[in-house]
Amino acid sequence: MNTLVRDIYNSIHEFVRTFGAFQLFFLRLIRHSPRMIVRRPGLVVKQIYNAGALSLVIIMVCGLFVGGVLGLQGYANLSRFNAEDSVGTVVALALIKELGPVITALLFAGRAGTALSSEIGLMKATDQLAAMEMMAVNPVRRVLVPRFLGGVVAMPFLVAIFTCIGLFGAHLVSIDLLSVDVGAFWQQMQLSVSMDDIHEGVIKSFVFGVVASLLAVWEGYNAIPTAEGVGRATTRTVVISAIAVLILDFMITAVML
Amino acid sequence: MQQTRSVEIGTGLFVLLGMSALFFLTTQTTGGDTFSASDTFKVEARFENVGSLKSRAPVAMSGVTIGRVTSVVFDPDSLEAKVTFVIDAKYDKIPDDSDASILTAGLLGSQYIGLQAGGSDTYLEDGSEIYFTQSAIVLENLIGKFLVSSNSGDDE
Repeated sequence: MNTLVRDIYNSIHEFVRTFGAFQLFFLRLIRHSPRMIVRRPGLVVKQIYNAGALSLVIIMVCGLFVGGVLGLQGYANLSRFNAEDSVGTVVALALIKELGPVITALLFAGRAGTALSSEIGLMKATDQLAAMEMMAVNPVRRVLVPRFLGGVVAMPFLVAIFTCIGLFGAHLVSIDLLSVDVGAFWQQMQLSVSMDDIHEGVIKSFVFGVVASLLAVWEGYNAIPTAEGVGRATTRTVVISAIAVLILDFMITAVML
Repeated sequence: MQQTRSVEIGTGLFVLLGMSALFFLTTQTTGGDTFSASDTFKVEARFENVGSLKSRAPVAMSGVTIGRVTSVVFDPDSLEAKVTFVIDAKYDKIPDDSDASILTAGLLGSQYIGLQAGGSDTYLEDGSEIYFTQSAIVLENLIGKFLVSSNSGDDE
């Protein structure tokens, strides 16, 4: 009994400690960020390319099909109430406010997050980070900050592209396949989507970008420097990013509503 | 060198694509603000019942949006709803005895103010008030009236 209490106490203690260390790590990245942008913009651009441009294919294909399925479902269910004309509204609001940011963040964690954490973890396992320190190069600044910034910059653009392609997919399905009126589709959408909805989506995409890339960098940096440890860090990146994104999504929506 | 160049081109294309996507979203999906005139004048109207009229709702004349509602408040003195709206300044020849009614776009659409031209020689200007107003049609009241009238019909 006594050991059980102590175990629980220890795990809570450990959790709080890790959480605090995570916050400090975040502040450290932020502190080094402005200098990296000014001094070594090339490194940041390279990471924007890695996190953003290389994720384009998966984002676009997924966006097309998510939009398409929203068009199908929207049509099938709205036509029960003779409200097929509202398909555009439904798809646009769903994509802009929720599905765009959330699905892009999940895909981002799977595509770019894992790449970041395994790359950093492997650098640690092969003592590259230690070697940098030996050469008086700060690995946090040289390796982690550009990767973090790359993710943060890339994410809002990825979300915007995902949402646009999704709208295109919905347009394709509902107008060309299901013969919804094209004027009604866009007009109803334009009447009900306001600037606030777009702001909500942009804020979410920015927050998710920070969280997903921060978690990936953190997990990679704190990976146990063995083959197994790197693998585990990669898995944890996806799992924790997904949980964090979905919880934050709920919180942001609750606050902004 | 070759590799750096392709990274730069890829990043540039990606950012441009992202920006154009954002631009598309902000301009093409939110057409709700069809009214964007900067030069406007303010008009007031009192309604017995505004239904679900909200600020930013359009003000239309002959179906064309000429203005936007800026505020809907309850006036405790006259016990009516006071609706303030702005009209594009280029429409300066609207007779001041025009009447305003609250209409619904489509069966379940959002509500807007429709103006019907009057015959006066004086025109609406900044701060003027429209005296002829017609309240929103509230579906519950309509059904209530219908039920009452059909019941009384049965009694006779």
